[in-house]
Amino acid sequence: MNRAWLVLRRLLSGIGVLWGAATLTFLAINLSAGDPALAILGGPESSPSAELIAQVRAEYGLDQPLLVQYGQYLGRLAQADLGESYRLRVPVSQVIGGQLGATLQLSLAAAALALLLSVLVAVLTANRAPWVRALASGSELVLSSAPSFVIGLVLLLVFSFGWHVLPPSGSSGWRALILPSLALALPLAAVLTQVLRQELESTLEQPFIAMARARGLSETGVRLKHALRHALVPLVTLSGFVFASLLGGAVVVELLFARQGIGRLMLEAAINKDMPMLLGITLLAAAIYVVVNFLVDLINHWVDPRSNAV
Amino acid sequence: MTELTLGNPSLKPGSETLFVAHRAWQLRPGLTLAALFVLLLLVAALQPGWLISGDPLDANARQAFRAPDSVHWLGTDENGRDILVRLVHAVRPSLLLGLAATAIGLLIGTVFGLLAGLGPRWLDGAVMRLVDVLLAFPDLLLALVVITFFGQGLFNTIIAVGIASVPRYARLVRAQTLVVRNAGYVEAATTLGLRRRAVIARHVLPNAIKPVLILATIGIGGNIIAGAALSFLGFGAPPPVPEWGGMLAIGRNYLGNAWWLVAWPALAITLTVVSITAIGRELLRRNEGKRP
Repeated sequence: MNRAWLVLRRLLSGIGVLWGAATLTFLAINLSAGDPALAILGGPESSPSAELIAQVRAEYGLDQPLLVQYGQYLGRLAQADLGESYRLRVPVSQVIGGQLGATLQLSLAAAALALLLSVLVAVLTANRAPWVRALASGSELVLSSAPSFVIGLVLLLVFSFGWHVLPPSGSSGWRALILPSLALALPLAAVLTQVLRQELESTLEQPFIAMARARGLSETGVRLKHALRHALVPLVTLSGFVFASLLGGAVVVELLFARQGIGRLMLEAAINKDMPMLLGITLLAAAIYVVVNFLVDLINHWVDPRSNAV
Repeated sequence: MTELTLGNPSLKPGSETLFVAHRAWQLRPGLTLAALFVLLLLVAALQPGWLISGDPLDANARQAFRAPDSVHWLGTDENGRDILVRLVHAVRPSLLLGLAATAIGLLIGTVFGLLAGLGPRWLDGAVMRLVDVLLAFPDLLLALVVITFFGQGLFNTIIAVGIASVPRYARLVRAQTLVVRNAGYVEAATTLGLRRRAVIARHVLPNAIKPVLILATIGIGGNIIAGAALSFLGFGAPPPVPEWGGMLAIGRNYLGNAWWLVAWPALAITLTVVSITAIGRELLRRNEGKRP
């Protein structure tokens, strides 16, 4: 298949998914959340006058036919306009923009930590003595089963309240970043290590590894220079999973460590029933997912041109 | 070859099956412990009174924050309630949520997957695009949106967590269906003149669903975590009701002076999920025909 054609197809299917996500959120706002005009005026409890409701309807275009509203909604989305927060009275995109940095910092730190840990542990434990592997896979089972907020609580208990070596909360400084990113990274690292070790072990049986050993390379050299490069390829495919795990985990971890960020914003929006904010963040998450998967497909194709099916 | 694979596609020739059956008796200690723990959880969910006596809501301010001792084995919480009693009584909602949410996800996912795998091409395309869209939303965010729409409560949490796991099962069932659909025994059944519906019900579904059911076992653990996370975020049952996630949320405020408020619920969640996952993985391993 032609590479340009492949890129175009992936791009179109990505846009299709985004369009579907936008349609779902539009339906969500209009079909099941009650009257949007009432929600804008502060919910049914505020009991505004009929005049006021009519005024808001005209102002927000809610008196138009649903199909027209749908068109306008998509038009606004195309300009990255996610609407106005019911509660904060400011554009959703502006609020999200202000909080995105903190979450990005946390997620990237966690992703880097998870990658580092998993490569380190996988290289050290692949094809080693049975008790080493049993120890490693046992702790991987526990860490991948325990959710990040449980791991975070245990980390807090030990490092902040037991030994007093790291701050329990806050968004400033790299020291405050250590525990939250560790809480996010550990379950992720456990899953990645399992995949990586399996790949490493099957790679280590390949003839070119025997060749490298025959040339007199040390075991560490064989693992780092030859086997690891092959074993890393399936990890790229997991990036979508990594992203979803990080974003889902961030909601809880940001609350746990009292950090600023998208997760906290999402939680507040859910508590206050601030629909535009909630759905704006959901759409953003979907958009990031689509972009990540698009890049993953391209990287996969570039690394391994055979993997271009469907 | 067709004869051998008629009943179960993953069945190996006779000697191999005998070998597996023989090995099944040599249970490994970790797995036995996991099975025992799950059994204990089931008893706690059905009849908590058999394991422990006491009222999980019984508050006594004079007994607050007592460290674990011989009377209160795991200590007491900020209102003087016994933590062990609360932990045991919290098993039922957790298991119920894990099982029911998995059942909902599995049911809707199976319908979607069968429609996509067996239906005409346009239906396959339409269903899978919908699944792609759902997959683009992170699970926890999707669950939060559903709860915001329909309100709090155990039932809505079950729906929320269940819906979030639909796309995964839909994809699995579709993939399985495509594998099974082209298998020799389905072709044989069709050639024998069985009607399409009978072939699907008797041959395609049973063979496609087995690996999916095993993965769903592991999924129960994940859904228990999702439920605990929602409860931790404050979307579970209101405070006095014992729930693992809610207990952690309250314990978080007293990390400095009472470690036992957090440590035991954390241990309970982790042990539960580890046990379920270990059992699920073992089933998966056996189904793939590897040595136990």
